[in-house]
Amino acid sequence: MQGPDISWYLVVSAIMFAIGAAGVLLRRSPLIVLLSLEIMLNAANLSLIAFARLHGDQDGQVFALAVMAVAAAEVVVGLGLIVAIARRRLDLDVDRLRVLRG
Amino acid sequence: MGDFLVWVVWILAAAGCLGSALAVISFTNPFFSALALIGNLGSLAVLFLLASAEFVAAAQVLVYAGAVMVMFLFVIAYLGDRTEGPVTGGPSWVSLGALVVAAALLVEIVVVIGLAAGDGLADEAKVERSFGSPSEIGRLFLTDHLLAFEITSIVLLVAAVGGVVLGTRSRAEDEEELARARP
Repeated sequence: MQGPDISWYLVVSAIMFAIGAAGVLLRRSPLIVLLSLEIMLNAANLSLIAFARLHGDQDGQVFALAVMAVAAAEVVVGLGLIVAIARRRLDLDVDRLRVLRG
Repeated sequence: MGDFLVWVVWILAAAGCLGSALAVISFTNPFFSALALIGNLGSLAVLFLLASAEFVAAAQVLVYAGAVMVMFLFVIAYLGDRTEGPVTGGPSWVSLGALVVAAALLVEIVVVIGLAAGDGLADEAKVERSFGSPSEIGRLFLTDHLLAFEITSIVLLVAAVGGVVLGTRSRAEDEEELARARP
């Protein structure tokens, strides 16, 4: 394989996952939390693809595509919730949203 | 020479990935964060290409950077101007704790992968040119992973229904709006 070997991909993936986790924990706007979640999902995807390349097995790539579909579903529901919260004129702040009640 | 070029492209893509991921979590304006995430997804697609996952890279650009991020940008535009910084307000030990937890997570991942697969990471399997091509992935989806494929379609259907349910206005909300509109 040309270029860097698999461990470099895994390092990038681990750092990206940690950045995403930091975003989820640090930020309080649910929009940014969702964006950080996307970063974490994509870091996992990068690992899956790197391991698929390492073992020469395409099942990892199939799994990465399934993760992408689940991420799309998660974004739909998450954005729907955010729009519903905003329409009820509640604060868009994950520290203040404590009850799952309308 | 080819190897050198691959290294250059790889380093640029990896730097773009990490830099735009940092930008996503540090911009105060969510619109810029979303744009940075598009950059992140684009450079990630380059890494996918270098790891011979052509179809996943194409799907990444089309589905993620295309469809999902457009939805994000629409919602951000709908919500209007709401800026919030990564460190605005709140006791600073909370953000410090968040950073410590994230760093601990990073160390944990590196240690686990290093211990579990340390030596085996250097020798990749030899793959054919068709590895990761659309036809190969499609064949796998329709033979070995048919069940996963069908379940994915149900997940997407449920998410679409959930989006509609969350998005429709209830009658109580309509009446409230009317009452507010009347003097």
